[in-house]
Amino acid sequence: MTTPVTTPAPRVDRAQYGLAALLAVVGVYTIVDARGLNVGFGDPIGPRVFPYVIGAVMILLAVLLAVATSRGDVPEAEAGEDVDLTVRADWLTVGKLVGVMVLNLLFINLLGWAITGALLFAGCAWSLGSRTLVRDLIVGAVMSVSSWYFFWVVLDVPLSPGILDGIL
Amino acid sequence: MDTLNLLLDGFSNALTPQNLLYACIGVLLGTFVGVLPGIGPAMTVALLLPITYGLDATQSFIMFAGILYGGMYGGSTTSILLNTPGESSSVMTAIEGNKMAKAGRGAQALATAAIGSFIAGTIGTLLVAFFTPAIAEQAVKIGAASYFAIMLLSVVLVTSVLGESKLRGFIGLFIGLTIGLVGLDLSTGQPRLTAGMLELADGIDIVVVAVGVFAIGEALWTAAHLRRRPIEVIPVGQPFMRRDDWRRSWGPWLRGTAIGFPFGAVPAGGAETPTFLSYVLERRLQKPGKDQEQFGEGAIEGVAGPEAANNASAAGMFVPLLALGLPVTATAAVIIAAMRTYGIQPGPTLMADQPELVWTLLASLLIGNTLLLVINLPLAPLWARLLQIPRPQLYAGILFFASLGAYSVNQDPYDLALLLVFGGVGFAIRRFGIPVLPLILGVILGPLMEQKMREALDLSNGDISGLFNEPLAVFVYVLIVLVVVAPYVLGFIRSRRSAP
Repeated sequence: MTTPVTTPAPRVDRAQYGLAALLAVVGVYTIVDARGLNVGFGDPIGPRVFPYVIGAVMILLAVLLAVATSRGDVPEAEAGEDVDLTVRADWLTVGKLVGVMVLNLLFINLLGWAITGALLFAGCAWSLGSRTLVRDLIVGAVMSVSSWYFFWVVLDVPLSPGILDGIL
Repeated sequence: MDTLNLLLDGFSNALTPQNLLYACIGVLLGTFVGVLPGIGPAMTVALLLPITYGLDATQSFIMFAGILYGGMYGGSTTSILLNTPGESSSVMTAIEGNKMAKAGRGAQALATAAIGSFIAGTIGTLLVAFFTPAIAEQAVKIGAASYFAIMLLSVVLVTSVLGESKLRGFIGLFIGLTIGLVGLDLSTGQPRLTAGMLELADGIDIVVVAVGVFAIGEALWTAAHLRRRPIEVIPVGQPFMRRDDWRRSWGPWLRGTAIGFPFGAVPAGGAETPTFLSYVLERRLQKPGKDQEQFGEGAIEGVAGPEAANNASAAGMFVPLLALGLPVTATAAVIIAAMRTYGIQPGPTLMADQPELVWTLLASLLIGNTLLLVINLPLAPLWARLLQIPRPQLYAGILFFASLGAYSVNQDPYDLALLLVFGGVGFAIRRFGIPVLPLILGVILGPLMEQKMREALDLSNGDISGLFNEPLAVFVYVLIVLVVVAPYVLGFIRSRRSAP
């Protein structure tokens, strides 16, 4: 681990500075937010103390992370069964997935889960590289319609029917 | 004998044909989801939580027990047949299990895993049934100060013992604690960290956090790094064991159980340590020569021991969960969230307040465990085929069910937005190597810790001594200091010694 003579310039994970900054902002916001709380009469502790502690420690952790980063500390990204860490992060795919999910939440009440659920499945599969769009749409429709009925009939939970109200 | 009678009562509650049906559905769904690559038991439980919403508490616990054991066995199947364990507790199983599968002994590996899990789970659950009432009885007497100290010990242990980087562990914990702050302050009713949003006033649903961080985070993280070449799945036949396999397995099963249970029961969290210890122990116990050489080449002992340890520690986690209301694993955290949706607050008084529920839950665990064996041994070849689902459809399915689960809680698109936000958090913590467990524990335990801290300080009129005025609390604080300081002191001594 230690190669004292030929130490290469420590690899710095710049994104970690961003994380440290974000944590510091969260910590500061937690404290500022807590300052606005009223402590009731005869309440020796009140709702402020706990957030103060959390916010303060968060700022401390952010500083420690920034220091560790500058000393060449790099995170160990999580491995997994389908994860190949040797390739660069594929932001396009992630962006497409997030887009599909945002569309789902925007239209779910209007169109209903039976429709948006099917589109969600097919859209995600397409984003991830599937090229069997028609099959995915059929699979998605079967899953969303059957889950709608499952929640409605078995669990008594009405999911949004949307424009199919009365048809389903 | 009292315990036995109570447990029998639990069985009579749990064993109706309808409940058995729910248990079967639970086992099937749990294994189905757990077998899918990339999904561990905690995520399985979180994903399947919403389908138990419409049921009453007893039925949903029974189904839950099935889901829990199914999810755990599904994880073992994946690690044996794919050699890529979904989570740290299956790492040890994968070492020998995958070697066995490659040598054509996958059926035996799956069988010893299933039977070992069954034995460990049964013994473990019985131990829970015998220990928990006594512990709960003592725990009721614990004051707020000591309770706060014990929770602190639990989060410190989980955060600093597990994982590579303590700094990242604590970052995870405090992200969780911050999330736990969101919502109305319980005693004064003032909103905290809601940024003026009315929806946030009720706090953030732990199910949405768990599903977002586990499922959406995992799917997005995998999508960014998707392995484009297909993985090899080893086909497997009907699991069975020869006489020789039985002879070699029973010892490791029992030893694994003995190692696993205590580790699950103390709030040190996780099955990593006991599975590792069990593996090392079994290896040591082999006679030098031919037997020992088998280790690393697919020794059945190396699957039987760690699998039993894994399940026994999963059973052990119910001791702190039921006696103290303390979750020590991510799975336990999700179970607490599930109990809260039924208005049940696990804690020292749970045993006394709702004994019927607790005993039914324990009986359900035993039933779920048995059904697992009965259902999954014949179905193993089918589960193995699930591993070949094309990855785009697999992760699309995860996102589909995660969205369905989050939406079904309140039928509000707002929850889907929140889900996406926590998916982002889940992605980020994977990118920066921050462990998930402390984060989830922070969300669950944060509000409880604050409540107990304020109770203790109220009694002392705000004087800080209120946190230290119980002997037990002082003892626990000493323990915390030891746990945090000891590794550094030991390291220091060692470095002094090794220096000339």
